[in-house]
Parts: sequence; structure tokens; C-alpha cells
Amino acid sequence: MVVNRSFLLFGKTVVRRFQHKVDVIGRQYSTEGPLFPGAKTTWTENLEFTGSHSYKPIPVYRVLDRQGNVINPENDPKLPDNILVKMYKDMTLLGALDKVLYEAQRQGRISFYLTNYGEEATQVGSAAALDTSDVVYGQYREVGVLMWRGYSLQQFVDQCYGNIDDPGQGKQMPVHYGSKELNFVTISSPLSTQIPQAAGSAYALRGKNRVVACYFGDGGASEGDAHAAFNFAATLNCPVIFICRNNGYAISTPVEEQYQGDGIAARGPGYGINTLRVDGNDVLAMYNVTKMAKEYALKESKPVLVEAMTYRVGHHTTSDDSTKYRDPKEVELWAKNDYPTDKLKYYLNKKGLWDDKQDKEWLEAARKSVMEAFKVGEQKMKPKWDVMFTEVYKYIPDHLKKQKTEMEQHLSIYKQHYPLDKFESK
Amino acid sequence: MSLNKLCVKCLGPLKTEIRVLNGLVNKRNHFVYTPDTNSPVKGETTKMNMFQAINNALDTALKTDDSALIFGEDIGFGGVFRCTMGLRDKYGKDRVFNTPLCEQGIAGFAIGAAVMGSTTIAEIQFADYIFPAFDQLVNEAAKYRYRSGGTFDCGKLTVRAPCGAVGHGALYHSQSPEAYFAHTPGLKVVIPRGPIKAKGLLLSCIRDPDPCLVFEPKILYRQAVEEVPVDDYQLPIGKADILVEGNDVTLIGWGTQVHVLKEVAQLAKEKLKVSCEVIDLVSILPWDTETVFKSVKKTKRVLIAHEAPLTAGFGGEIAATIQEECFLHLEAPIQRVTGFDTPFPHVFEPFYLPDKWRCFAAVQKLVNF
Repeated sequence: MVVNRSFLLFGKTVVRRFQHKVDVIGRQYSTEGPLFPGAKTTWTENLEFTGSHSYKPIPVYRVLDRQGNVINPENDPKLPDNILVKMYKDMTLLGALDKVLYEAQRQGRISFYLTNYGEEATQVGSAAALDTSDVVYGQYREVGVLMWRGYSLQQFVDQCYGNIDDPGQGKQMPVHYGSKELNFVTISSPLSTQIPQAAGSAYALRGKNRVVACYFGDGGASEGDAHAAFNFAATLNCPVIFICRNNGYAISTPVEEQYQGDGIAARGPGYGINTLRVDGNDVLAMYNVTKMAKEYALKESKPVLVEAMTYRVGHHTTSDDSTKYRDPKEVELWAKNDYPTDKLKYYLNKKGLWDDKQDKEWLEAARKSVMEAFKVGEQKMKPKWDVMFTEVYKYIPDHLKKQKTEMEQHLSIYKQHYPLDKFESK
Repeated sequence: MSLNKLCVKCLGPLKTEIRVLNGLVNKRNHFVYTPDTNSPVKGETTKMNMFQAINNALDTALKTDDSALIFGEDIGFGGVFRCTMGLRDKYGKDRVFNTPLCEQGIAGFAIGAAVMGSTTIAEIQFADYIFPAFDQLVNEAAKYRYRSGGTFDCGKLTVRAPCGAVGHGALYHSQSPEAYFAHTPGLKVVIPRGPIKAKGLLLSCIRDPDPCLVFEPKILYRQAVEEVPVDDYQLPIGKADILVEGNDVTLIGWGTQVHVLKEVAQLAKEKLKVSCEVIDLVSILPWDTETVFKSVKKTKRVLIAHEAPLTAGFGGEIAATIQEECFLHLEAPIQRVTGFDTPFPHVFEPFYLPDKWRCFAAVQKLVNF
């Protein structure tokens, strides 16, 4: 009689609650402070607004200046040389990949692309402070995280071509990467849907010594899902690191039209979330911030919000011409004066870890290896057309089997009207 | 969030008053509940109403699967319809917990936990409030496996939501949104007609490898009482039930409406000497075409009835498919008796619903064609 027992249990809870209420009523007369359940606070007799004038803007944490000098030696994470060089190589390899694939789209060889220009440090710096066992949810401009974790050039290219070696079987648009082995959850186009999902994943991973990192843009932070996620993560104690890439634009919309508060970071405390604002063009600052966020998230089983300030140097996507809504001089300023890979290069130069000759050779080698992967990816066949019907469900249901058979019969008669030669046949 | 919630909370301890109120509701019901008498499994049974059967299924799910989580608005204290009663005390607040009041958050959070391998059972307080979660369910849950080529999935997700008419629920406590989701490849959608079905279907959905939506007709929570098997059992998704066998007209419905149709079959027998076959579709997506076609080929006449509005309701899908597959067998145009193409009204509910008299009139039309 499970049901009757639960009735009894419920009755006990009610009695306990009632007892608690009585205690509160008793205390009411012995305290001066407000007793409203909605907030723990004090009274005031001054009638005044609380607004942006009540707080200072949240400062931007940095380790390096624009010339690659460490400002406060205590802040230098003193990373091993091979890690520092890997950071630089991954950031520049990402640049090389972006260049080749961007051009490929311009030539109509892939259908779509978006670059990561200017945001390489945000991605690689945070990725370096995480373990590959930590789960990553991205928006779409986080290719550096995958690169850091070891996703190969060939894998990137194969996804963009939707060929037989794309784990996504050619079903999604280019740059919608995902990898089970690297714990990088497959990207989807709807903005910010991944943020509450990241909170849920973090909840499921509690006590397993793993965190979830979730990336999104300043525009994505306006979605209702971002609000849902911050609030759920805080109330349900989820070890998740929310990393906002504030690059100043959502396609053509500048931040002034996106929000009126102190960026995204200022929202964190409103949800009861510990928050950090960081120079997203400073890979070492990004590393320190993410490392601290991870330690806190694991220890306290609580979320952290990181706002990485950066600038979107490239166009939004290959379907966008950003000169229509911003001055090319503004872009040039960021590309020349505060570019993340340059800043790290200066730092490496000063440490004697990298010189101009090495740089030239590496950039050429990087370009070549991208071109090679590109050629191979372009020549691979696309998956057989009937893969279109798989993975809708775990097992193909009868109604889909029927539709597949209908298409099979249709193709047997009308095959000359379809691009079957580019698709596998078996 | 809802007004009904307040009523339930206020009346919670006053059991006699609830009984009186339920009595009043019963008298105004547009249907007579007829319990299932065939037990799907052997063994001990206990008298349970539908909320108790659901509670029992959830209890079973938590007991048999350590990764199972149950959450939603107000589910911690037992839920506004008592479906999660006692579970937090039994399994702890880490596994049975309240969420903030935000449906898109509930759905998104549930998907994320399911992606990591947790069995997640999320509750949307009323099906009317599932629309803020529409994006997460349609763009995300349904497409997770497909878009990643099977790399990631959220198959361990189940979403429960009370649906359907309740006598006085008006626009936002009465809706039947199954057709919106039937148009979404990747989801499974089921609707139980009573306690036995609710328990078995819910357990199937929870353990099914695809994301499932369970719409529970809320008017049946207290009224529908059956001898429900105590043991763990599952009932198939995608399989319809023939509740009454007949030869002249096939009546197809689901949820509360099958009880209306059973009465219609009785009326048709008494008043028209017409033998009706009543089918509970049970599963909206995927739906059981085979059982339906077989029945239609025998009776040659079809009535489909649902509470949701007519235009683009799921009845349209069934009618079009029957027309395609059973064209030479049909002896009359397929009839659809449904809610009207209006929002669900408050005081006009008795005129809005596809009640037994509207369905009876349609049967008359079918046999006289």
C-alpha cells in the first residue's frame, strides 16, 4: 500500500511546517528587521532609486598589457613552455583554418562558414584551464576549444563538407561541430538553447569531479533561455561555468541596442552567481579566470559567470558584410592594436620561446596542413541518401520505413534528376 | 503557474469539501468513466485513481533507476495534482525537487541532464503552459540524436503535462496541444485513458530511448479509479487499443474522449441498432495505422473525435491517411467531431466540447449517408 503510506508522510510534513510558522510568529515581536520571505535585507527611510549609479562598473581582469608584458608578476600563471607554445599554435592554426574555409565558402565549395577572428584567446585560454573530461556546450564561435582538445583539421573539414566521415552524417550546416570523445556537445543553431541544458548537465555531473563550461555571445544572453539557465544553475547548485563572449555585436546589432546595464557580468550577482569579467584578448587572463571558476564550481557545486570582453574582428558569417553597419577603421584598430594572437606572440618573444623565423615557418606549415585536409575532405563522398532517415529515433519506426521505401522506388525511376554520383551507394 | 493550483492548495487538507466539489463536477461531466477491467499483467492489484497510478509509476521509476530525477514547478510538496506525493521524502530532494517557475528552463535543464545519461522526468504544470518550452522540445529534444548523427541524444527525457477539459478550465487550463507535437519528428507523444494505462505508458516512456511527451487528461486524475497492478509493467507506445468491438462504424479517440465514444457506441446500439467499434489511439506519435486500417476496412465508416480544435487537429492526419489507404472501402465521408476553431471558452464549455450528442449525430450521419 504505497499510496496510503505517502499520505501519512505528507501529513507529517504539514505538521512540521505549521510548527515552524508558530516559531516565526513568536519572533516577529522581538526583531526590528524586515521579515519578508522574498529578501534578507534591512529597512531604509531614504526614498531613492537603485540603478547603475549605485554601483561601479565591474572591472576587466587582465594579466598582459597590449605589448605582451605581465603587469603583475604574481598573476603570471607560469605555464610550462610547451603549453604556452601549444596555445599560440592552436590560436594561429585556428586562424589558418578560418582563412582557408572562409575562402572556400566564397568560392562556393562549402555552403556556409563563420570565422573566429579576434576571439582565439577567449576560446583557447578557457579550454586550457579545463580538462577534456569537462563537458563543453558551445554556441558556434568556439572552434578553438575543440582545437585545444585535439579535434583534427580533417574532422573540421569533414563536418563542413558533410561527407561520409562527418560524425553528424551531413545533417547540419557547416561549423556545427560535436565530439563525444572530446565531450563537446554538438552545436545547434537556435541561440542560447544550450545554456539551460548546460545547467542540467552540470546537475547530473555533481559529485563526479567534472564541470560543464557553456559558451554564448552577448546577443545570446538576451534570450529567455539565458535567464532560465542562470536562475536554475543558482537555485539548483549546478557546477557550471557560463562563459559569455562579449564581442560588441550580434550580427549588426551593437551592444547599446542589446542591453542598457553593465554588460552581461552585472547580471550575475542578480542571480546570486559569483562573476568575473576578463580581457578576452588575453589568453593568460582567460586561463586564470577559468581555472579559478572551475575550482570554485567544483568545491562549492555552484555556477560561475565569466564575461570575456573581446571584439568580433571578422564578419558575423559568410552571409554577412559587416562594413554595412560598422566602420572598417574600427575593425582595423582591434586587429592591429589588440589582437589576441599578437599579444601572446609578444609574450612568447620576451620569454625567448618564439621568434619571427619560427613564426613564419609555423604559419606556412599550418596553412599547408589545412590545405591538405581541405583537399582530402572535398574528395570524400557524401553519406548514402537514406541516412536521412536514421537517428530521427533510436530505431526507425514503421511510418519512416515506409517513406524510405517510397523514396527508394522513386529514385529507381527518376535517378537521373538527383545528384546520386556524389553520394555513397551502398 | 495557475489559478487552479491555488484552489488545490487551499482545499488540500479539507478532504470532505473536495469530495463534495468532485461530486458537483461529476454531475456536470460530459462523460461517464468506465474502468478498464483487464489487467495487463498477472499479480496483485490495488484500487488507484489516475494520480495515484502515476505516483506509483514515478515511485517505481525512482526505485528501479538510480539516475532518475523528477522536477518541475511545485512537485516537491507533491504537485498541484498530487502526482508526486511522498516522493521527495522517500528519495531525497536531490532527486525530487522544485525548479524556478520557467517552462523553457525546465525543458532545457531536463534535456541537459538527459544528455549526460540521467533519466529525467520533467513536469509542466499544465499542457497549456508547455509553449514556452516549445523551442526546447521541438528544436532541441526532438532533433538531438538526428543532428549529431547519434553522437548525443536526450532519449532519457520524459515530459509529463496535465491536459484536456476539466469543466471550468477556460483558455489556459483546458488545452489539448498534441497536434503541435505530432508535427515534430523525433518526439513520441502518448495520452492515457485511465490509471492502468497511465502507469504502464508512463513507465514505457521513462524507459524508452527517445524523448517522450505524456499528456495526462487532468479530469481523470481523481475520477478514474481502477484495479491497477502493483508490479512494475510497461504498455507499448505506438499501439492502439480496441475497447469495444463492432461492425458498422469505427470511432477513434484518445484520452477522456474514448469514454465519450464508449457512451456513443452504447447510444448508437440502443437508438440506431448500429454496432460501433471504439478505438483508443493511445499513442499520437507514432500512431497505430495498422489497427485503424483493419477496423476501417471492416466497418467502412469512420468517426474521429478529439477535444482540440478541428483545423490541423490530429484528426485531420488520421482522416487523410485513412482516405489514402482505405479509399475503396469507405462508404461515407470520414467524420471529425472536435472542439471548434476557437480558444477554449469558460462558460461555454458544454457547447464547445465534442460531447456524446455531437458524436451521436455524426454516427447518424455516417449510417444514413
